[in-house]
Amino acid sequence: MSDGALLEVSELAVAFGDLRAVRGVSLTVEKGQTLAIVGESGSGKSITSLAVMGLLPAQAKVVGGGITLDGVSLLDLAPDELRRLRGEELAMIFQDPLSALNPSLTVGYQIAEMFRRRRGASRAAANERAVEAMAEVGIPDAAGRARSYPHEFSGGMRQRIMIAMALALEPRLLIADEPTTALDVTVQAQILRLLRERQRAGLAMIIISHDLGVVARTAQSVIVMYAGQAVESGTVAEVYDAPAHPYTLGLMAASPSARTSRRGIRPIDGNPPDQAALPTGCAFHPRCPFARERCRTETPPLRRLPSGRASACHFAEEVLAHDRTAGA
Amino acid sequence: MIHYLVRRLAQSVLLLFGAITIVFLVLRVIPGDPAALILGSQATQADLAAKRAELGLGDPLLLQYVRHLGDVVRLDFGDSWRLGGDAFAAVIDRLPATITLAGFALGFTLALGFPLGVYAARHKGKLADRAVSYFSLTGQALPAFWVGIMLVLIFSRTLNLLPATADGSAVALVLPAFTLALPFLGWLARLVRNGTLEELGRDYVRTARAKGLSERVVFNIHVLRNTLTPVVTVLGLILGHFIADAVIIEQVFAWPGIGSLMIESIQNRDYAVAEAAIILIAVFYIGLNLLVDLLYFALDPRVTLETV
Repeated sequence: MSDGALLEVSELAVAFGDLRAVRGVSLTVEKGQTLAIVGESGSGKSITSLAVMGLLPAQAKVVGGGITLDGVSLLDLAPDELRRLRGEELAMIFQDPLSALNPSLTVGYQIAEMFRRRRGASRAAANERAVEAMAEVGIPDAAGRARSYPHEFSGGMRQRIMIAMALALEPRLLIADEPTTALDVTVQAQILRLLRERQRAGLAMIIISHDLGVVARTAQSVIVMYAGQAVESGTVAEVYDAPAHPYTLGLMAASPSARTSRRGIRPIDGNPPDQAALPTGCAFHPRCPFARERCRTETPPLRRLPSGRASACHFAEEVLAHDRTAGA
Repeated sequence: MIHYLVRRLAQSVLLLFGAITIVFLVLRVIPGDPAALILGSQATQADLAAKRAELGLGDPLLLQYVRHLGDVVRLDFGDSWRLGGDAFAAVIDRLPATITLAGFALGFTLALGFPLGVYAARHKGKLADRAVSYFSLTGQALPAFWVGIMLVLIFSRTLNLLPATADGSAVALVLPAFTLALPFLGWLARLVRNGTLEELGRDYVRTARAKGLSERVVFNIHVLRNTLTPVVTVLGLILGHFIADAVIIEQVFAWPGIGSLMIESIQNRDYAVAEAAIILIAVFYIGLNLLVDLLYFALDPRVTLETV
């Protein structure tokens, strides 16, 4: 299926002053494939994706690692060169489409802007393209609605507008940061269907979510992040079938699904760690049911397991075996 | 929309009514006999009594008040004993000078305050930002009459660059208009600075950047568009303040507007003119506030009937 890497992030480290928000994260997005990044808020998943876009907040800085898009190192590009890639090659949609859209400009203007400013289209031609783009994402009466403002749409319609805008110039990679979190369930399904249509047309995606159901329906592979690090990676099928990290195991038990309904939802004990005072050794050990003395002192590296997946747990094999017996 | 308009209009009328009432009461409380004022010190007791009766000063206060209200609605404030003719006409005669002054001051405020605010926002925390902040605070803290006198001393007396008083030339506007504008200029600069910084932190700015728009477009179109709304609405308020503050500034620069006329009239107990001037200023103030509210509709698409 895959025909080479589109995006490669290696050992990425992002710091807010002295705080390390992302601590050595590596990930690969194959052409036309979708990678999910899963984790609690504060795990560094959004910061990782903003670093890829070159849109980190002013206080944050990439302090290590590399990001390459189709072999081009994004971190070595001049700001203006990176800017030109945004919209054209890389695009992003956000959790709350109401605040992500400009309240004082019509949605038609905001979409048409892509064609006018980025492609030099005339105002009339750009408006026409914008209406087409709105119709394509399923907005009824697109020509009439193009003159409306963001607040005049429902949440689902606004997210469709965001998608139309992000995909206007046919980028190759779309980063979707919690694209359905703010929407109700039926609308959520419609938005996911829309994204899947685009995937089939060859769009590669990074989908950031804490909703394992959304991940299962959109992504081929998954990275689980905890406290700024990847703790597990693999294909969605493998990871869902049998997590190889206690944190993933906890996430699965804590989210409602057919799998957990029989056993009930169990939240993970404790809270995500304070980034300024991370536990020694494995950052997850204070909350981990598998933790031993070794976890307190020795940081587990993300290591390959026989099946080609990876886990950052000293006792990954034991976790795998545990889950097989518990799930049976 | 119509409903809202009617409600706002009714509120404005009520406010105006309040202003007229207060002015009426204050002028009745001030010591001094209008009849004696009009007739002068040579008048006999009989003359005075006749004049008082003519003016209805012996009537109950309520009756005087109702009669007065009718007069105000017909814009009949009586005659100016000092200037001779109709008091309201005398005020209207001075109106263009005040409007010109306020208009120029507004021009100064906008032309300097807006760019200063944007500049400070773009250099947040740096020297330029702090300089604008100090300038703004100083401008607001200094009393206008003192600033006016200092500007006259520097630019008219010492440097001999600008005329100190109205001499019919356009440059004569510079000092009074700037003095009038100074506190509001600094105020606007801070408003624009803070508004711009707030807008810059909003999610839609990140979206605009994610679209690959240049920083110039992100700022000039996406951010400024949202900064502009509150600015335009305060401009109406500022203009209202200008017309009210002109009372002091016109006095300092001997500017022949409503303000100086009002002070001359009060000093000479020419209450008809003073009252006409005060009511006209109140009308401007209330009218501009109403206009500001209506502008909100035009500028911010989110403001609908439900949100006001």
